Amino acid sequence: MTTLPATSSNKSSGTLSNMLGNALVWLGLIFIVVLIMFPFWWVIRTALTQPDLVYTNTSDFFPVQPTLLNFERVLGIIDGTDLVGMGIVNPNISTAKLNLWLFMRNSFIFSGLIMLGQTIFSTMAAYAFARLNFPFRDQIFFMYLTGLMVPGIVLFIPNFVFIRQLGLNGTFVGMVAPFFLMTPFTVFFMRQFFLSLNKDLIEAATLDGATRFGIFWRVALPLVQGPILTIAILIFIQSWNEYLWPFLVGRDESIRVLTVALAIFRDQTPQGAPDWAGLMAGTAVAMVPTVLIFIFFGRKVVDSIQFSGFK
Amino acid sequence: MIHTSKTDTSSSPSMIGRLANSEWLVAYLFILPSLIGFTLFYAYPSVRSVFISFTEWNLLSDAEFVGLANYQDIFSDDRFWRALQTTLIYVLWNIPLQTILALFMAVVLERFSTVLSTLLRSIMILPWLMPSVIVSLLWLWILDPSLGIANEFLGLFGIPKQYFMGEPQQAIVWIAAINIWRNAGYNAILIFAGLKTIPKSLYEVAEIDGANGWTQFQRITLPLLRPVLTFVLVTTVVGSFQIYDTIAVTTNGGPAGATRVIIFYIIDEVFNRRISMGTATAASVVLFCILVSVTLIQMRFLQANQSDLADYS
Repeated sequence: MTTLPATSSNKSSGTLSNMLGNALVWLGLIFIVVLIMFPFWWVIRTALTQPDLVYTNTSDFFPVQPTLLNFERVLGIIDGTDLVGMGIVNPNISTAKLNLWLFMRNSFIFSGLIMLGQTIFSTMAAYAFARLNFPFRDQIFFMYLTGLMVPGIVLFIPNFVFIRQLGLNGTFVGMVAPFFLMTPFTVFFMRQFFLSLNKDLIEAATLDGATRFGIFWRVALPLVQGPILTIAILIFIQSWNEYLWPFLVGRDESIRVLTVALAIFRDQTPQGAPDWAGLMAGTAVAMVPTVLIFIFFGRKVVDSIQFSGFK
Repeated sequence: MIHTSKTDTSSSPSMIGRLANSEWLVAYLFILPSLIGFTLFYAYPSVRSVFISFTEWNLLSDAEFVGLANYQDIFSDDRFWRALQTTLIYVLWNIPLQTILALFMAVVLERFSTVLSTLLRSIMILPWLMPSVIVSLLWLWILDPSLGIANEFLGLFGIPKQYFMGEPQQAIVWIAAINIWRNAGYNAILIFAGLKTIPKSLYEVAEIDGANGWTQFQRITLPLLRPVLTFVLVTTVVGSFQIYDTIAVTTNGGPAGATRVIIFYIIDEVFNRRISMGTATAASVVLFCILVSVTLIQMRFLQANQSDLADYS
């Protein structure tokens, strides 16, 4: 441990204690990577194992009699009774129908709408706060910042009552409304980028006769394309992961999102243990969009996190 | 000021063109949607929460003003105090371990080449990207007392079968562990970015002065990381006090109420135990006050406004 804080500058000195320190660092690193990756593997291996063997062969590292039956079941292609027809009988396997396609679609609608609305409207506001002068600008922005401090639950209960009073309980509109127009963080995040834009560029455009909207649209926006993509990804991930709010206002099956659906499915076991074979297949399916985003934009997400720590 | 709308050919521009290009008007149009969103879903509910907390209201009949009765009600409710205590225990398991682990991971990251550290940061962020419901389900399966792989693994070392989240004494600790697994990498990346800002020359000078690794860590790394550590601690503590998803999916408050945290108490007041908007919002207002106090204490304690880097340069 003692050599940990050392920087690359003294890596070269090959004393015994240094080598020992390096070995420890490598060991710790391997341990952490295994600890992070193993649970994901375990989900996949369980999802691919033949349904009733999930409950008997609990320690095999690889899928036992690999099959796609679990996926077919959670995607509504076959159901629990079909499994019985195949001679696969287990009291833990739920006969409740789980149609993940529908819940996936709902999750996409929910997250997609929020991503679209929040990105557009928060970016516009951020531009005004960063680049335009108007009365009460700083006061309004400060007010937004105080919104960052308010815990979710303080807002969720009155928001739930409000959405109910508007008759929007159980609709996509009601589910999306609180996040659609802004979150303080998104406005704050985008404002930082507009602030760092080159002033001369905007003045030049003004002299060239561009309108204020033209400057925003043709000069400022193209320069913050990267941050806009980043914040859109972050908003999508956050909405995709949201649980409590959609649980409060969107329990109805026709608009139920994936997280809520899986939590409900976990409780629907006929007797005893949860339906692990189905749950892990559902979990694996729910991970797909996140993993895709991770593969294509992982680097961007990491960079944005590093950014947020310094503002 | 130069007015430059497209109709601006003559010396007196048209009213509409001038108006459409007025800075105030454009600015207010730009912030209008966000202002509506903020007013309806941040400002109004915050104020309304406080109002509701002074009333007795079950959503069906009209709200009735009862003064501080709801606050008296929850303060004399054992369940409320137990929920606060459980939350605090959770925070105390979650935050110190998570922060130390994140710090360790960040320092380790610093020692590797750019390529490797980029790859490692990507891996570390993966659990944080996943929905908390998904993370909870996968750990619930691994930690299943009779079928989970965790017990098989412990069995290799002769450790007897554990009940993990089925054991009242252990449940909250395992929930803390699940969230450490999810969040440590994210915080490590924040701290890593902080490490990058520390000038290498400081370590070189310390090396010449004969300071060993541990001394360097205490005297240089930790003090200069203070702004980032403050950010990490403040945000994670605030989040930790609001733990809910993981518990809802894994133990649902059990076993024997051992994981019934404060958000659980609030949700129960609205949906399960009774439909009492007044006590639920009163509890959420109390939670808000706790969070503000804890944040202010942390800021004070960590002296977030002072940058040690200035002393060195």
